[in-house]
Amino acid sequence: MTRLADTFARTASENRAALVAFVTAGDPSPAHTPAILDAIVAGGADVIELGMPFTDPMADGPAIQAANLRALAAGLRTADVLAIAKTFRERHPQVPLVLMGYANPMLSRGPEWFADAAAKAGVDGVICVDIPAEEDAALGPALRAAGIDPVRLATPTTDAARLPQVLAGASGFLYYVSVAGITGMQQAASGSIEAAVARLKAGTDLPVAVGFGVRTPAQAAAVARVADGVVVGSAIVEALAKAGGDPEAGRALVAGLAEAVRDARIGAVA
Amino acid sequence: MPAPGAKRHHAMTLANSLRSQPDAQGHFGEFGGQYVAETLMPLVLALDAEYRAAKNDPAFAAELAGLMTHYVGRPSPLYYAERLTETLRATAPEGMGPKIYFKREELNHTGAHKINNCIGQILLAIRMGKTRIIAETGAGQHGVATATVAARFGLPCTIFMGAKDVERQQPNVFRMKLLGAEVTPVTSGAQTLKDAMNEALRDWVANVHDTFYIIGTAAGPHPYPELVRDFQSVIGIEAKAQILEAEGRLPDLLVAAVGGGSNAIGLFHPFLDDEGVAMLGIEAAGKGMHTSEHAASLNGGRPGVLHGNRTYLLQDEDGQISEAHSISAGLDYPGIGPEHSWLHEIGRVRYEGVTDMEALDAFQLCCRTEGIIPALECAHAIAGLAHVVHKYREDQIVILNLSGRGDKDIFTVADALGAKI
Repeated sequence: MTRLADTFARTASENRAALVAFVTAGDPSPAHTPAILDAIVAGGADVIELGMPFTDPMADGPAIQAANLRALAAGLRTADVLAIAKTFRERHPQVPLVLMGYANPMLSRGPEWFADAAAKAGVDGVICVDIPAEEDAALGPALRAAGIDPVRLATPTTDAARLPQVLAGASGFLYYVSVAGITGMQQAASGSIEAAVARLKAGTDLPVAVGFGVRTPAQAAAVARVADGVVVGSAIVEALAKAGGDPEAGRALVAGLAEAVRDARIGAVA
Repeated sequence: MPAPGAKRHHAMTLANSLRSQPDAQGHFGEFGGQYVAETLMPLVLALDAEYRAAKNDPAFAAELAGLMTHYVGRPSPLYYAERLTETLRATAPEGMGPKIYFKREELNHTGAHKINNCIGQILLAIRMGKTRIIAETGAGQHGVATATVAARFGLPCTIFMGAKDVERQQPNVFRMKLLGAEVTPVTSGAQTLKDAMNEALRDWVANVHDTFYIIGTAAGPHPYPELVRDFQSVIGIEAKAQILEAEGRLPDLLVAAVGGGSNAIGLFHPFLDDEGVAMLGIEAAGKGMHTSEHAASLNGGRPGVLHGNRTYLLQDEDGQISEAHSISAGLDYPGIGPEHSWLHEIGRVRYEGVTDMEALDAFQLCCRTEGIIPALECAHAIAGLAHVVHKYREDQIVILNLSGRGDKDIFTVADALGAKI
């Protein structure tokens, strides 16, 4: 079993969803990130999604765009992202860490180099926003060879004809993007999320985590009732930005989200 | 031996025709492809299917041809630039200095080649039942052309334009507004063309059901590089017929400026299999290739992935995209269309750089010798003639794509020359 599989199995056995918390590496500076990640874990995050900054984050809304540019302006390099992952792994041997980012920084030194470096840093999965199933050859084989899960994205526009192709190369978990849009915008209706998760689960045994537009504990709870994982990104990035990168701001927000996710299914029964 | 056989077959396909790219997934050799977010993937596949259907539909071809003739004003003339030819000849050794022809794309409606592509794409949008148009623009030429076709077909239209470009291209911003478009200044990143394209992609992903994205150059996810090339190939198809009519033979050299590369690929593509026709693409070398302030992706970049395709990009070793620089806002982009990357790698087209200063000199030369104010983009191509004038004999023929008129650039040029308007 991998750390991702172990974690989703454990949260499922606890009859709850996993909380996947997103943080942009190097925001506001590379030195801030380790303490922020520790605080997010302390707050109750089950999986860490570490954003790899890119100059042109075309799938991201204003909050994460700004975080990307702050990190790069603070001098963040790919080597820093890998170092952050490596030291996180040393401090948290069991907490899965997934890198999320764009193709160009991941492919810049070649896919094998990246997959190998990420594996050595203890990275469990990679989400590449702009490498769809059709372009899997660009990165997927290198990740699999290095023992890293290529986490695939499914969206409201992923139709029945393409879903098998999306699922074919996926591992770790399936990330359902609940709205057609960029990060940090409005949330989808929970009824449509439930139907979408059911559709995806009919085609895969992988856990399904739902993200995009999940900001508050109430929204997280609504998703946690129907999905195996809840991804929160922009809300955490914004809270940290507002607090100047103070880890406590991240811990407090994540603690509220974690509590809501843990209680979600109990609440639904009661 | 299936593997070597397959390889040989591949090589033979290339040798038989350079005009059969891309493959079904949009790859030009190792370039191109469909590097988009999952949300957009079904849309680009649907566009691809619709484009294949349109290509086989005589009614689509007829409507396109009618608009090209009566709305755009095609065919554009092929004009012998006699005084420019003589002026350049005077700088060349005895007997050297080819005949220069201009393909007059600046005479099209809206003053540039951009309209050829916009007409084609809006007909596809209508076929697909889309009711809203978006586009990115740098200098504003593609924005104006898109706003024009949106007005002509009665569709609402939003143009994304870097805030910095909005500031330096006010006349085009006003033109777009007159044509009924909404112009959205983009304040992220460096606030230029690349950022406008990011923002257009963000809008598209949030409005997938009703919106058609008219990409302005032969780049982006497949099928855009192919369909933009096909719509722009009218330039080369006409030029071929016109030069045969005028000279009774094919040209020796084609020259065009390359930003994203749509005017160049439009001229080059119909000639790719004509072995005797050499081709020269001119990149913007900005303040010089020895500086970091240029926009020459092929001469100063390396392959990477941006805006839906794998192609040459200006970037650092981490794959972070660098800011481009050119005096010409239309060339001010850190990437290039994937077919150009492929033509560069196989050596079919030569790509060279021309600096801001060389382009400014060529801009004035064209004004004074031909009575044509060229766009700063094609002033780069004209400056590129200086690189070759001594290599071609007087009886040889060059066709240069005069892709746009320069009225939009007079403020930039005045500023660069220190003149007050």
